[in-house]
Amino acid sequence: MKQRIAFVILLVWVAAALLEPLLPISPNEIHLPAILAAPSADFWLGNDALGRSVAERLIAGARIAFVVAFSTVFVSALAGTVIGAVSGYAGGALDHLVSRVIDIMLAFPGILLAIALAAILGPGIENLIIAISSVGWVGYARLARSQAMTLRTREHITAAIALGSGQGRIVFRHLLPLMMAPLLVEASFGLAAVIVAEAGLSFLGLGVQPPQASWGSMIREGAGFLLVAPHLAIFPGIAIMLVVLSANLLGDWMRDRLDVRQNL
Amino acid sequence: MTSRLLSALITLLGVVTLVFFLIHLIPGDPVEYILGDSARPADRNALRQQLGLDQPLLQQYRSYLANLLSLNLGNSLHSNQSVTALLAERFPATLELALAAFIIAVLIAVPLGVMAARRRGTAWDSSAMTLSLLGVSIPNFWLGPMLILLFSLWLGWTPVSGREQPGSLILPAITLGASLSAVLARMVRSTLLEVLNEDYIRTARAKGLKESSVIWRHALMNTMLPVVTLLGLQLGALLAGAVITETVFSWPGIGSLLIESIQKRDYPLVQGCVLLVAVSYLLINTTTDLLYQLLDPRIRRQ
Repeated sequence: MKQRIAFVILLVWVAAALLEPLLPISPNEIHLPAILAAPSADFWLGNDALGRSVAERLIAGARIAFVVAFSTVFVSALAGTVIGAVSGYAGGALDHLVSRVIDIMLAFPGILLAIALAAILGPGIENLIIAISSVGWVGYARLARSQAMTLRTREHITAAIALGSGQGRIVFRHLLPLMMAPLLVEASFGLAAVIVAEAGLSFLGLGVQPPQASWGSMIREGAGFLLVAPHLAIFPGIAIMLVVLSANLLGDWMRDRLDVRQNL
Repeated sequence: MTSRLLSALITLLGVVTLVFFLIHLIPGDPVEYILGDSARPADRNALRQQLGLDQPLLQQYRSYLANLLSLNLGNSLHSNQSVTALLAERFPATLELALAAFIIAVLIAVPLGVMAARRRGTAWDSSAMTLSLLGVSIPNFWLGPMLILLFSLWLGWTPVSGREQPGSLILPAITLGASLSAVLARMVRSTLLEVLNEDYIRTARAKGLKESSVIWRHALMNTMLPVVTLLGLQLGALLAGAVITETVFSWPGIGSLLIESIQKRDYPLVQGCVLLVAVSYLLINTTTDLLYQLLDPRIRRQ
């Protein structure tokens, strides 16, 4: 039941994000008479300091959140998995080097590195994706590496080697498919983490730039009007919370369903 | 033990090197980026010299490491004060915040986790776990403003921001400690549930000990090792998490200094802040790791 609600919430937000360009909304349109207005019949969730519709900006923000989240999870999962799987399977000097790099990256607080990278690369969606992926791949790499190390002694791998399969074929055809379940679980938790990271960077002013709407920058703007217009900060936070909660619940559910034991 | 220390040292060098390369990641000429288009060539050259950017990369790296050993991190581009002095001025506030968040997290999480474990499967348990799930799902940059709204603006109990007034530490500490207490409560619950199945707990109960004594003296003491490890690892994470919390509450620590210096494009200062937090994080984690080995001989032997 819980999972179903979570799934529906995610689906609705993803649909809103996908359909955003087609919807009859204008998130950047300024309505001067409605500056800081409370929720009303015309504007369900009220208006911000420039009179823009909070509801429409939430939908526009959802697009940013999910574009960044899906691209980042895709890039970091792909890069991390390939690096981890190859390194764990190959072993030797390459594995030594890769695990050293993983150790160093893990010794660096992730959010700090993302902040530093976002600050240095400058604002913008692509840079956000680069900054968060540069931190995010490590988790997938560690997971894939430990998986590959346990899987490489399996009989079907030995059989494949005996049949003369090349290294690449073994990694991609015989190793990676077996790793999919834990990676899928990791990715759904990753979705939640990236949405928080994007909102956090945008909150700090390091994400998307005005007038573009992001949930994080909406909270930042709203924090300046807490007393006169608390709805500005309240609604985007509820949106983030719902999405993150749903993604986490979904991750829990997948972990139970796919019977993935947490091997940290 | 020595191999662990050696590996920590290599990691430290890696972290320090990563921070060095951060400033070289700026696309194009950093000086152009810092000063803008309208700067005079003389100013550009002066800045380039001040940052050491006129030297070859390897030379820059070497002098960066040498300066680091003498705690010289250069001067702020903005105020021309030494970065080390600026960091030393702000670090106590961050440490204070992280420690307070840590204490609050423990004070919330341990009773909550114990209660959930003792009343396993009841409504108490599920509400405690729902609360904990909420705790990890609410980002601190939203929790902060919401706490300000409720406790500072509506109820008037606490100051809105800053560090001067009494009680100004409370809200930032709760904001920073919330997600840690959520994770910790879960961990206390699950380790306690495991321990409660052990034979010596049955013995303790059979001896006729009071349930509270069984829980707090016999069971909880044995859950401490994993819990303390988690706490040690999280203390470092709190230092990094403080960046956002400090910005929300204008708390004058390293985190808000980092964001201020990013806005002013004060790169030596940005570098200093990142370096300080990263190195403290690493030191805390390594110390926890080593302490854990000292406490638990089973791990030392592996």
